[in-house]
Amino acid sequence: MAIIEQPRTEVALPAGAGAPALVTPKEAKGMFARPVQPQGWRDWVFTVDHKKIGIMYGVASFVFFIVGGIEAGLIRLQLAAPNGKVLSADQYNQMFTMHATTMVFLFVMPMASAFANYFVPLQIGARDVAFPRINAFGLWTWLLGAIFVNLSWFLGGSADGGWFMYAPNSTRLFSPSHGIDFWALGLQITGIASLTSAINLIVTCINMRAPGMSLFKMPIFTWMVMVVQFLLVFAMPVITVALFLLSFSRSFGGAFFDVKQGADPLLWQHLFWIFGHPEVYILILPSFGIVSEVLPVFSRKPLFGYKFVAISGAAIGFVGWGVWAHHMFASGLGPISVLVFSMATMMIAVPTGVKIINWTMTMWGGKLSFTTAMLFAIGLIVEFTIGGLSGVTHAVAPSDTQQTDTYYIVAHFHYVLFGGAIFGLFSGFYYWWPKMFNRKLDERWGKANFWLMVIGMNLTFGPMHIIGLQGQPRRMYQYDEANVHTRFWNAISSIGVIFLVLGISAFIVNVIITHRSKHPRYQTTLDPWNARSLEWMTTNPPAVHNFDAIPTVHELDEFFHRKYAEDHETGEIRQVATAEEILADQQAHADKNIHLPSPSYWPLVVSFALPIIGFGVIYNPIIIAVGAAVAILGIFGWCMEPSVAPTEDYEPPASTPDSTTKELTA
Amino acid sequence: MTTVEHASHAAESHDDHEHAGHSNKHYYLVALALAVLTGLEVLLSYVDIGAAFLPLLMILMMIKFIMVVLEFMHLRRDAKLFHYLFWSGFILAILVYIGALATFKFFLAA
Amino acid sequence: MSTAVAEHNTGHDDHGHGGHGHTSTGLSNNKLAMWLFLGSECLLFGGLISTYMLYRGRHPKGPGPDQVFSIPFTSVSSFVLLMSSLTMVLAVSSAQAREMRQTKLWLTVTALLGATFVGGQVFEFTEFYRKGLGFTTSLFGSSFYTLTGFHGVHVTVGIIMLMALVGMLKAERVPGDKAEVVELVGLYWHFVDIVWILIFTLVYLIPA
Repeated sequence: MAIIEQPRTEVALPAGAGAPALVTPKEAKGMFARPVQPQGWRDWVFTVDHKKIGIMYGVASFVFFIVGGIEAGLIRLQLAAPNGKVLSADQYNQMFTMHATTMVFLFVMPMASAFANYFVPLQIGARDVAFPRINAFGLWTWLLGAIFVNLSWFLGGSADGGWFMYAPNSTRLFSPSHGIDFWALGLQITGIASLTSAINLIVTCINMRAPGMSLFKMPIFTWMVMVVQFLLVFAMPVITVALFLLSFSRSFGGAFFDVKQGADPLLWQHLFWIFGHPEVYILILPSFGIVSEVLPVFSRKPLFGYKFVAISGAAIGFVGWGVWAHHMFASGLGPISVLVFSMATMMIAVPTGVKIINWTMTMWGGKLSFTTAMLFAIGLIVEFTIGGLSGVTHAVAPSDTQQTDTYYIVAHFHYVLFGGAIFGLFSGFYYWWPKMFNRKLDERWGKANFWLMVIGMNLTFGPMHIIGLQGQPRRMYQYDEANVHTRFWNAISSIGVIFLVLGISAFIVNVIITHRSKHPRYQTTLDPWNARSLEWMTTNPPAVHNFDAIPTVHELDEFFHRKYAEDHETGEIRQVATAEEILADQQAHADKNIHLPSPSYWPLVVSFALPIIGFGVIYNPIIIAVGAAVAILGIFGWCMEPSVAPTEDYEPPASTPDSTTKELTA
Repeated sequence: MTTVEHASHAAESHDDHEHAGHSNKHYYLVALALAVLTGLEVLLSYVDIGAAFLPLLMILMMIKFIMVVLEFMHLRRDAKLFHYLFWSGFILAILVYIGALATFKFFLAA
Repeated sequence: MSTAVAEHNTGHDDHGHGGHGHTSTGLSNNKLAMWLFLGSECLLFGGLISTYMLYRGRHPKGPGPDQVFSIPFTSVSSFVLLMSSLTMVLAVSSAQAREMRQTKLWLTVTALLGATFVGGQVFEFTEFYRKGLGFTTSLFGSSFYTLTGFHGVHVTVGIIMLMALVGMLKAERVPGDKAEVVELVGLYWHFVDIVWILIFTLVYLIPA
């Protein structure tokens, strides 16, 4: 059995206390004694465990998915019929701004983070990420930033300049409420979370792989996550600059977007899209990684061209830096710039096409099993390809000049984001649910979830191609009765939302039923899908220390190769071990004296400093000083606290058996 | 205030001119070079050499930049990976921002 | 299997090795993180510098660069910052030689030089303001103060880190590998210096 040692505790409980309270290690090295073995909600709030952090990212981002969905629902309700009266023009502006902001920054990105946090360490055979407290800091910072952005709804109106927030439209002159201030500052806060998490995960992927796991033996999901983190590391600072310029302009009178002073509105657009284009690859690549895991498992074949898939992911990330101005074809860049960016944009279809081919070839000749996870993965291939095709038409600058700012663009990005990114995430839910929660989501509700979402998204976003090409502009809160096609297709589009709502509800029902029921159909084994990668070589859910013994990796799809061996004479592949046997073998060789990174208060403390500073910028500069003080004190406390409790705090393992060493039961 | 020396490093030489890699003398020389280059740059801004001014200034600037990175930040003798990480950020910044400025016709004759 | 502390892949080794040798590449996690961070900062300062370069000539109101910049003054403060890089690398060198007293000395000198630089900036800015260049005066003013202000804040944070490090070394509260901590602070400090190398040339020396 693996032995995880906990730091020695000096129990100083009041007489008659029941549950263990927070206790003090004898030698506290930080400013305050750190929590030791906290229970209940404290276990979650002070945790540095990547799995708990991943789950919290997942739950919180799903809540924001619903919020963003409601915002979308209101938009489609407004546009269901001509001369809609559901929302005023001002409310409509806020709605589409916040819908997009919420979906991009508060759902897709953090949900991908949830999967990355939970599974990257497991996939590479590590016990946690490189910097566990920074990981916790990232979670709380993101969450507080997300709440901060949404406070605007209650504090005078939300941001109303569109998620791309073009200046000078977004300056105080045209948008006097505090909505955009909350937006800009809130995104700075979530941006800090993204940047620190990115550095964390890159170091994790580079430096903490199990022995024998070269980069090209790393699971493909981890590969895609690693590429995404590089994109984040380099793209976040660019939007940071843009947001600072906007905030300085709005709050301190900076002249950056004051056209009367000679400002050029294109400065904002460049800064935003230099970030914004890599951002869309940040949104899609994790889902590409998920389906690259799912398709092989449910095709009973290895991923076709693994190296090509990995490298094309990196290529997409790299080429993605050179195309940003395709969002600006109609902004007056001039023909040379337009030409250059148009050609670069056409090139980026190539590595994506490589992936589509590899996924298709993975399935070709395989023994396909159409579980819900597989359905969503196949759904991604189909829907993303449709979205990609409209994307190719945007790359052609002359046709884009007609398409830009119409619903044709809205159709494109919803196909790639909903049909691509979101379908990938749902595939991940169904695929990895058994590992995370020791339950299998119901397949019947799962199929209902899938088909309702497919019907819903095609009904909602399909017609947008048509009305877009017919000229319906984006971001218009009303249209009149004049055009029968406009009325018809908008109505269809809004009806599609009903199916989406039903589909997502089916997912929620599925989760509830699965967890409430004692029926054996929701129970699962260690390896229900006969999977290929290391995260399946653990218990359900993985123990806090992930692996009893860190595996040595010899091949890509290491887990698969431990279960199956090829008979050299006949070429037949036979099963040589079950998942249970492999796990038992690991447990028999379990490490003793595992010291895990300790929980900590400091990440949460430092996180709180940031929204305080935000409030200071909006309302009163003195509050900035308060926030800065919290940050400095928090960082000091953090730096002086070692991430793993020092050895002196542990009982030597050979001493008399006592309650301080915890035996792990599988 | 006395400091506790790690036993494992007690064997290391306490010669404060030598340690793994560069001597302190080397750093003084680099600093001198940097000072001279800075002086040259400033001098250049007072002298009129026509069209050669801007390229020369940029070259001096980059030499100083690279010297600090390679020598003071020890990148020259450190792992290649650090090179890749830093230079890719730097080169990406150059490409992307020069690209953006180019669309403003920034580099055409004023 | 092992009765020794099994710390593989927990990310942090608190026994004073700073992560060396327990990692896939043999490189320190902390150092890798710092270089990544510095790579990302290139994008940050690149954006601010580009904004400045775009807007430096736009000052319909208020003075332009030629009216306010004093090349001799800024040259001196640039020299000061450059020398602080020297003292910083000497601090790192001392830390690697386990000469803690020298380390603290060089760190303090570095901080003092940095503070001199910041003091020079403050003086410079008040002079400019007196001459009519405020933050809101013009695009030149806004972008100049933003760029140099961001740099100045980075220097100030660096000074705080240096002084904190001196204090923590004194109090023996530096966890892990002391030499590496000094080196990491050094990397940050040098980066702040090379940003100034760019700013000094691009902002001050290139005539408007």
